[in-house]
Amino acid sequence: MTDDKIAVALRGITKRFPGVIANDSVDLELREGEIHTLLGENGAGKSTLMNVLTGIYRPDAGSISVFGRTVQLKTPKDAIDLGIGMVHQSFKLVPTHTVTENIVLGLGRGFSRVKLDEAQARVATLSKQYGVKVDPNALVWQLSIGEQQRVEILKILFRGAKILLLDEPTAVLTPQESEELFHTLRSMREQGHSIVFISHKLDEVMTISDRITVLRGGKNVGTVLVQDTNPQDLSHLMVGREIKFATFPKKESRGEQVLEVEGVDALNTRGLPALKGVTFSVAAGEILGLAGVAGNGQQELAQVITGLQRPTAGTVRVQGADMRGKRARHFIDAGVSYVPADRHGVATVGDMSLSHNSVLRRYREPKFGKGPLLNFNAAIGYARRLIKEFNISTPGHATPVRSLSGGNLQKVILAREMTTRHHLLVVMSATRGLDVGATEFVRKTLNDHRHQGGSIVLISEDLEELLSLSDRIAVIFHGEIMGIVDAETARIESLGLMMAGQRLSEVA
Amino acid sequence: MRLELRLERSRKLEYLVPVVSVLLSLVVCAVLLLSTGANPLAAYSAMLKEAFGTSYGITEVLVKATPLILCGLGVMLAFKMLFWNIGAEGQLHMGAWGATAVVMTGWDGSPWLMIPAMMLGGFAAGALWALIPAYLKVKLNTNEIITTLLLNYVAILWVAHFIYGPWKDPVSFGFPMTMQFPEGAQLLRLAGTRVHLGFVFALVIAVALYFIQEKSRWGFEIAVTGGNPNAAEYAGMNAGRNILLVMLISGGLAGLAGMVEVSGIQLKLLKDISPHAAPYGYTAIIIAWLARRNPWGVVLVSILMGGLYVGGETVQITMKLPVNIVLIIQALILFFVLGGDILSRYRLVFDRPGQRPKKAALSGG
Repeated sequence: MTDDKIAVALRGITKRFPGVIANDSVDLELREGEIHTLLGENGAGKSTLMNVLTGIYRPDAGSISVFGRTVQLKTPKDAIDLGIGMVHQSFKLVPTHTVTENIVLGLGRGFSRVKLDEAQARVATLSKQYGVKVDPNALVWQLSIGEQQRVEILKILFRGAKILLLDEPTAVLTPQESEELFHTLRSMREQGHSIVFISHKLDEVMTISDRITVLRGGKNVGTVLVQDTNPQDLSHLMVGREIKFATFPKKESRGEQVLEVEGVDALNTRGLPALKGVTFSVAAGEILGLAGVAGNGQQELAQVITGLQRPTAGTVRVQGADMRGKRARHFIDAGVSYVPADRHGVATVGDMSLSHNSVLRRYREPKFGKGPLLNFNAAIGYARRLIKEFNISTPGHATPVRSLSGGNLQKVILAREMTTRHHLLVVMSATRGLDVGATEFVRKTLNDHRHQGGSIVLISEDLEELLSLSDRIAVIFHGEIMGIVDAETARIESLGLMMAGQRLSEVA
Repeated sequence: MRLELRLERSRKLEYLVPVVSVLLSLVVCAVLLLSTGANPLAAYSAMLKEAFGTSYGITEVLVKATPLILCGLGVMLAFKMLFWNIGAEGQLHMGAWGATAVVMTGWDGSPWLMIPAMMLGGFAAGALWALIPAYLKVKLNTNEIITTLLLNYVAILWVAHFIYGPWKDPVSFGFPMTMQFPEGAQLLRLAGTRVHLGFVFALVIAVALYFIQEKSRWGFEIAVTGGNPNAAEYAGMNAGRNILLVMLISGGLAGLAGMVEVSGIQLKLLKDISPHAAPYGYTAIIIAWLARRNPWGVVLVSILMGGLYVGGETVQITMKLPVNIVLIIQALILFFVLGGDILSRYRLVFDRPGQRPKKAALSGG
């Protein structure tokens, strides 16, 4: 760290996309043997910059030099040859192959043979050298997400990378796994590797970094030494203003209980316990926030209270009616609306028109047809109404939703889920990836809904959002509710401790 | 040169690709014909003239098109839901068997009773055969491409067992076939031709499927399931039930094709109820694909394919060309359509130095 040799220097990198400047003459220096964090909100240009550095995008302007030599990165292979490797958020592994096989996959040319036992020995050595615990013989599908990430790291090290880029590596990790990852990163730093770490979690950024560069709106707004800064300053740099946690006005009176969840257990897709004895309730005119690090059971909980997954124990009541053994369509009929986190993969059919998508969960209603027939004209009329009321910018109701922007797609989903007669709205990661304007719109819509007496379960990783919107906040960790606190009086520190696995009784 | 995802599928190419594919396959086949010393232009014009140039030819085209439309509609419906039913050939054989089973009871009655009973027998047998892979898919998530395909061989052998064994006509001089069906079990024919009532059934069913697909709530469910199975689940649709229902109809229609073949054309159950060179059940896959999963398209393409069958038989007789030419043209068409489909989803981009992929715009941020 004291070594001031420069591993990578980016100078004046500019990258434009139609209508946006993703990177606006960004300078960045990565020293040898340092952990350098790239911090910024969604859309600040972090991923674009890394894609420039890995040869996926070519910048419109600017220069890149690696170990003092100016280089042209034309393809990802050029970057790999220069010793630059990246761990992406989604892994690129073959589940049915072993760890070693995945690591050597794509190495060698033509029909040259890969000596598997030699490779395996090297994987084992690397694994020990950097403290990356993973069995070289294990099959990838048997590994946890954290272990799969370690395979991706080993893959890069195996190719001799000296410069590692990690794109939000902790987003998918448990706190323990994050701790182990940090251990590995430190050990790599000791051995002279240079690391770019992308994150927007301030606490871990303060823990792991040597230096921090903050991007905002595609520009580098500052590079600081970790000892010279603190989370408040960083958040100030990130958003260009102090986060004030401007809270929306809460509703004075709440109505009857709309959702009651009692002692619910559920399994994840791998058959492991994902929810353990979850109990909470939501009243009419209330927003209950659910906080937690991603992957702590939020997905399963959302599915259980919308009927997409059956709990293995416990009960779910909607307006007093026991929903045991009921399917998703019964939940829809009972007035449960759902805005899932995955807009393209779950909430819409990309190749279908906006009007078709607008009746995706409502096509059974008498309003949209008679008997077995569906009235597409009614769907078109409805879609036109949604476009107008929610200000959806689209060429028309016949446009396939695949071509809508993220914000507009989310508006379509929200519009559909909120204009139906419903009692409960379950919203997951409602503003993730949306720009400021769309985010404000979504938050305001949710707030209005509460004031009209609606009940909302708001699942989010964004504490600011939870604090500003919720009446109460429940914190989930490893499938258990650590506690439920009043949003007005909640302290961020105690929420953070609960998200890391301490119970309310321990932090209060 | 690279492929780049299109934001919107190209409508124009959706329709252009099948047409160009047919033309290209004719060009490639012409090269093959030239290499055997035949004159491709003479062969093609003979095929065209024979299939669509005479009234006899046209009626024969409709005869071939009838089972193709029925199988094609069934396959189309399954494909619409992304259930890859490759088993129409087996379902057709089971349908022929089921219809014959009604006759083999020894019943000799009025066609007003016998024909509906045979239709029911054919539909039910084809449907049951299709429900096996559907059930396995729902319960065990087996790969339907493999199960439907393999069941074809079982069905063909099942039919063979009956015509070589229990149902064999004692006075057939050892040929593997049943006795000729009684008159009450024969479908009405248009006077002086082999065009039979089955063609009308096929058209009626095409209309019905159009309404199901385009106008009904259930059709919407099928389209959503085909477009995004996760969204279908999210919308509260019952995927398992829909797979079973779709395959019931899909297999039932192929079974009906088998029924009209034995009751309208062969008038008995025998070995080659489906042409050996290019079996109806497999051609139906090409038809469903070429037709863009549209019922009217299935009717149109089936008639064109019927012309290929009739023309192929002609050049075999008059120009001594192998009838497999039909199979070759079919295979080439499918090959080009599948290749061409890539172009309606992706755009070809020729990279010049200094130029950068536009694809980036999709994920920029």
